[in-house]
Amino acid sequence: MKIIYADNAATTKMSRVAIDAMLPYMEEYYGNPSSLYSVGQKAKEALEQARADVAACFNAEAREIYFTGCGTEADNQAIISAARLGERKGKKHIISTAFEHHAVLHTLDKLKKEGFDITLLDVHSNGIVTAEEVAAAIRPDTCLVTVMYANNEIGTIQPIKEIGAVCKEKGVLFHTDAVQAAGHLHIDVKDQNIDMLSISAHKFYGPKGVGALYARKGIILTNVIEGGAQERGKRGGTENVAEIVSMAAALKDACAHIDEYAEKETKLRDRLIAGLDKIPYGELNGDRVHRVPNNANFCFEGIEGESMLLMLDDKGIMCSSGSACTSGSLDPSHVLLAIGRPHEVAHGSLRLSINEQFTEEDIDYIIASVTEVVQYLRDMSPFWRDLVNGKRPHVFSE
Amino acid sequence: MALYSEKVMDHFLNPRNVGVIEDADGVGEVGNPVCGDIMKIYLKIKDNRIEDVKFETFGCGSAIASSSMATELIKGKTIDEVMEVTNKAVVEALDGLPAHKLHCSVLAEEAIRAALKDYFDKNGIPYDPEEFREHDAEEDVPPEVLEAAEAEKAAAAASCGTKFK
Ligand SMILES: Cc1ncc(COP(=O)(O)O)c(C=O)c1O
Repeated sequence: MKIIYADNAATTKMSRVAIDAMLPYMEEYYGNPSSLYSVGQKAKEALEQARADVAACFNAEAREIYFTGCGTEADNQAIISAARLGERKGKKHIISTAFEHHAVLHTLDKLKKEGFDITLLDVHSNGIVTAEEVAAAIRPDTCLVTVMYANNEIGTIQPIKEIGAVCKEKGVLFHTDAVQAAGHLHIDVKDQNIDMLSISAHKFYGPKGVGALYARKGIILTNVIEGGAQERGKRGGTENVAEIVSMAAALKDACAHIDEYAEKETKLRDRLIAGLDKIPYGELNGDRVHRVPNNANFCFEGIEGESMLLMLDDKGIMCSSGSACTSGSLDPSHVLLAIGRPHEVAHGSLRLSINEQFTEEDIDYIIASVTEVVQYLRDMSPFWRDLVNGKRPHVFSE
Repeated sequence: MALYSEKVMDHFLNPRNVGVIEDADGVGEVGNPVCGDIMKIYLKIKDNRIEDVKFETFGCGSAIASSSMATELIKGKTIDEVMEVTNKAVVEALDGLPAHKLHCSVLAEEAIRAALKDYFDKNGIPYDPEEFREHDAEEDVPPEVLEAAEAEKAAAAASCGTKFK
């Protein structure tokens, strides 16, 4: 059976480059980077090279990069740091969006309990917030704006440079969760007015469990993990040298191919979207143009996402859904609700995230399989029957 | 997939008794689209026995598997026997369901009862309304499983998306 991994937004398969890069730091240079003897110093050198390499990918300086245990940790640390800096000046208002990753939302939730005022901006039906809306929400006591670069479910890209410019003008720190963007889109922290940025290696063909936080020099970070003097005292714990080196190698490789891969992926993605568009009473989630090159996300009326996933898995296709049943929660994806999808439609969502190695045949196989599965499940769905018979109103057009 | 037992996957991928009975003697529908699951059961009843049964389900893998298994469990049984078929029997026959999917089996039981009630109503057969009260997933489920389900529910309810509205 054909096996197609179409869940690259969840995580990616490590590239050869990334795997090869890490092995020497497990087999040979396994020393602690804080040790003075040679295996330790070799590790230290690699660590600092990795820092310089990661920085170069974003037009940042090496000392502005802090390695973390994952993207979630980087998000936590960025937000907590801005909050601590803000509250010292009596500024306890934070602006974000309703469709951030839980790494951001739950951190904000924690700050809210501490007495911070949180504004979550509404997201337009195309999955985008505007710089004007951010500007309008900024108050004298605003200490942070945090808006994701690209959404992990629907792939929409936010106007980062414009939002950054607004924040800069008003003197408010700007953080962006760039976990879905790094290695896939060109990022320049200076040009785009970004003060802090989070990345995670496993989204760009690097290993899981390692990430990084860029914090513009001058921003004093607050520790999320207390301990030794690693990461200039801002993140305790012996550095995960092998994975950090691997992340840097993966990022460098991905950034060197951004245009080439984006061109290939965009063509394939648009072929996929065009194919799935033909399924009646389904709709693409998120803007058609301002979206990462590898993401297609649809809602189909009358069926439920988890059953789609399981049937597709049976056909060798791995992907994901924002239905309540796949999240184990009672509500469907907060992202789909944020762009205004009603619950009954949000339950029937499907996210396919490809990579540049996909072929047109793969895409056509996915289109054919999804079309078949949607039809099959609709045929046994009393909800679909009601829609067809006019007993319940359709949300989408044919 | 390790999430579900082989039995669940078998009944999901090869569901038994899918379809509609046009001249059904009893039809029951439970659930709603907002929650993401609807089950509809059609019964053909002859001499107090389930002569035929069909289902339609909108829902996740375990909802489809639960409906399929439930129809298998009641086919050919007498009405009295069907009244004894609980969500627990469905779960056992499926070799178990994950804690947060137990409500699927409850839905299956409720759909069957709703269909029977429809049959009684249509034919003026008296019944004890107590037997047809709304069930909740809590009943007939071991306490440790319930606890796990509660914890998951709490985690879901605590998510920012709902709180910051
Ligand atoms: C947008 C976004 N932010 C944060 C994260 C968390 O990253 P990690 O899995 O490395 O903690 C993810 C990935 O799951 C993501 O997609």
